[in-house]
Amino acid sequence: MSGKIILDVVELVKDFGGVRAVDRVSFKLREGEALGIIGPNGSGKTTLVNIITGFVKPDSGEVFFKGERITALPPYSVARRGIGRTFQMARPFYKLPAYRNLIVPLWSPRVRASGGKYGDREAVALDLLEEVGFERDSSVPFKPAGALPHGYLKRLELARCLAIRPELIILDELFSGLSLAEVASTVPIIEKLQEEGHSLIMVEHRLRELFRIVDRVIVLNYGQKIAEGNPREVMESEAVKKAYLGVEPEGG
Amino acid sequence: MPDKEKRLRKERLDRGIKARSEDIFALSSWKEISYLLAPRVLPLAALSFLALVLPIYWKKVLVTTAIFGILAMSWDLLVCTGLVSLGQALFFGVGAYVAGSLNHKLGLPWWCTIWTSGLLGGLLCSAILAPVLRLRGIYFSMVTLVVPLMLVRIIEATKILGGTEGLSGIQGFPTLTVELFLSLGMFLCVLFGYRRLLGTDYGLVLQGIRDNDRSVMSAGINVYWLKAQALFLAGSAAAMAGAFMTHAYMFVGMPVFALDYSILPIAAAVVGGMGSIAGPAVGAFLLVPLSEALRALGALRIVFYGVFLVIFVVGLPEGILHYLQRKYYQFERWVSVEE
Amino acid sequence: MIWGALLYGVVNSIGLALMALGFNLTFGISGIANFSYGAMYVFAGYGTWMLFQKLGAPLFVSIPTMVFLTGLTGAIMYRLVLVRLRGLVISEVIATFGIGLAALELFRFMGLIGFEYTLPVLVEGSIQVGPFFLDLQRAFIIVCGILLTAFLWVFTRYSPVGLAFRGMAQDEYTALCLGIDTDKVAMLAMGLGGGLCALAAVVILPLGTISVDAGYDVLLEALAVCIVGGLGSAVGMVVASFILGMAQSMASMFMGSHWMMIVNLVAILIILAARPSGLLGKQKELEERI
Repeated sequence: MSGKIILDVVELVKDFGGVRAVDRVSFKLREGEALGIIGPNGSGKTTLVNIITGFVKPDSGEVFFKGERITALPPYSVARRGIGRTFQMARPFYKLPAYRNLIVPLWSPRVRASGGKYGDREAVALDLLEEVGFERDSSVPFKPAGALPHGYLKRLELARCLAIRPELIILDELFSGLSLAEVASTVPIIEKLQEEGHSLIMVEHRLRELFRIVDRVIVLNYGQKIAEGNPREVMESEAVKKAYLGVEPEGG
Repeated sequence: MPDKEKRLRKERLDRGIKARSEDIFALSSWKEISYLLAPRVLPLAALSFLALVLPIYWKKVLVTTAIFGILAMSWDLLVCTGLVSLGQALFFGVGAYVAGSLNHKLGLPWWCTIWTSGLLGGLLCSAILAPVLRLRGIYFSMVTLVVPLMLVRIIEATKILGGTEGLSGIQGFPTLTVELFLSLGMFLCVLFGYRRLLGTDYGLVLQGIRDNDRSVMSAGINVYWLKAQALFLAGSAAAMAGAFMTHAYMFVGMPVFALDYSILPIAAAVVGGMGSIAGPAVGAFLLVPLSEALRALGALRIVFYGVFLVIFVVGLPEGILHYLQRKYYQFERWVSVEE
Repeated sequence: MIWGALLYGVVNSIGLALMALGFNLTFGISGIANFSYGAMYVFAGYGTWMLFQKLGAPLFVSIPTMVFLTGLTGAIMYRLVLVRLRGLVISEVIATFGIGLAALELFRFMGLIGFEYTLPVLVEGSIQVGPFFLDLQRAFIIVCGILLTAFLWVFTRYSPVGLAFRGMAQDEYTALCLGIDTDKVAMLAMGLGGGLCALAAVVILPLGTISVDAGYDVLLEALAVCIVGGLGSAVGMVVASFILGMAQSMASMFMGSHWMMIVNLVAILIILAARPSGLLGKQKELEERI
């Protein structure tokens, strides 16, 4: 892990009507680092991700990726520069077989630009699926995506993100809805991504699994960053406890 | 414990012969090969037969059918990308006028104007519609509805391009046979061309934009640029159809922007089966001869289209082609719900 | 001369706003773009004519009846056809378009074309405004427009039904969770849109004859106003009506009435180039909610 800053988020603010979804959030991510973003529901985590990846334009603030200003660029420009993301609500192309779902991201100009093999997309797709845990010689990669169980859908979503060979991977609640066994089998895949040098941001609710992977965590509450640091010290902080668990009533 | 009701559900399974004719296994027997080829070969054979034996009046109807078929297929290509056009007449009319002008002003012959009008018309219309692509689909539909109707008023008011009288004396086709086989040829090219296109990876991306454009965008693909390309591909075919008609009627005027040219492609696609390119072709072959037979009823024709539209959209949304395909490839049976 | 143009401009603008009101309301609330709007307009016109001329019903009976019937038609259209297509934008658009088209061409086929098809003016006479005479029917249009807009403003802000409308416009799922039956509300919205359309028809049609082409024109005008003002924005709609209305009036006065429609097209093209979501459109906000 080098010391170079790959992602620099500066004072992002986003209001939706009367609600301030993101309130002056700033953080830096170093190359190769794994960062967790946690916080109660509605704290602005997904909005933050949407701003970074270009789906939402911030009211103020800046985002820099590899030193380049990417604030308010359209999502496809952001992706082309090397940021891949998964969606909380994974909606694959239901009628297509799982591996053909990957043809679309493999068609992306980013794949060619980053030196990826794009000649035989079907073969590359099958390889990608194997990387994320689809059993190679089974019929699963050929089933229509609509017939896949939830765990596989999440992996397909991950494969879709990896298809464009991103440098920074943002995972939005990848573990949600997975059983313990499924999470246990997904964690090694993510650790391998880290070893390969990808930078990671993980938005998660399942803290135990998250803390095994990430080195650093930031906590959001009502759009504000209320804590930052390594998992242990963040969870000890008063502010975080209050946000997650609430205040103890008087005399209790 | 109350008795559990016996509940049934419908199960659909591929027919045996369909499974046996997947991939390379089809080569194993004549029966399997004919099963695969029949849906493709029989209509073509029928078409060629009709083109040769029909009386003159119906040959002309065949020409119109082919042209409307092209319009319907171009509409369907747009639908495959997620764009619903309520104004195919725009592409048609622009192509018609470009061809008319090229012939009238520059004297270019029909074998030159048709394809150049197609390309130019496609470019022009894509340029006009490009700004709306970034907005929600409904804006696109609205603008496609509005622009042809407006263009008619403009022509009427400014009297350009012949005004209300239009441009006449346009060169016609040398013989009916040329006209017929050219139209059928164009029809088949568009049919096979579009189907091929949708089968490629590029085509898959276009359909991906329709299904989940967020996902496509996050893969680094500029969906708006692709939509514009689809617009050009579809618009050019429709413009070529318009250019063809200019030479067929030897005249171009305000009626080229008529609602007929906007609504019939939609009706044909809905009746035949949206999203399959072949469906709208089937739909056109059903609706156009039917409307010819109903010619005596005048304006009632459009009433029929409208009614057809609604009935099919609500009742048989998949369209005739998909329905037939389903029956051809699969069979259904009732099974009891497993506990 | 300018006085006259200005005055007619105002009348024209409020007329446009009246025409677009129902369409904008339905779309802003239930998200259904009702492409059969023009047909409803003409339907209301012919219906009132039938009741008045053929059945001899006095105006103060035939008008409310027709307004109600048109609203009912809208609600029925929703209940029978559109409710099955909720969420499938392609099918919704095609269905409403098909219905509207069938209806309009049916009117044309039934031969409802001619000078006898006019609605009587609701108020006779004229008043003097400055150095100019304004016929009372046009003055009535102005009054009507203002009253209706005010009524709607109050209705959507202070009545339970109106608030339900706005809630549904903002977030349908949340509205469902709060116990709002969104299907009923959407049906109501279609009905309300139809009723407003009919009101606009009976107030504006007396200025000319009822013709089938008016149906297409009205749809065009409503679309133009909504595109320029921004779909779903009530204030935008009013602003757009005035911009278009004044521009049309000026064009008509100085260049000829043919040009009125062209003004619409030019305005649409300018808006698309400069600010595609409309002057006050909520497009950006709606697009951002992932």
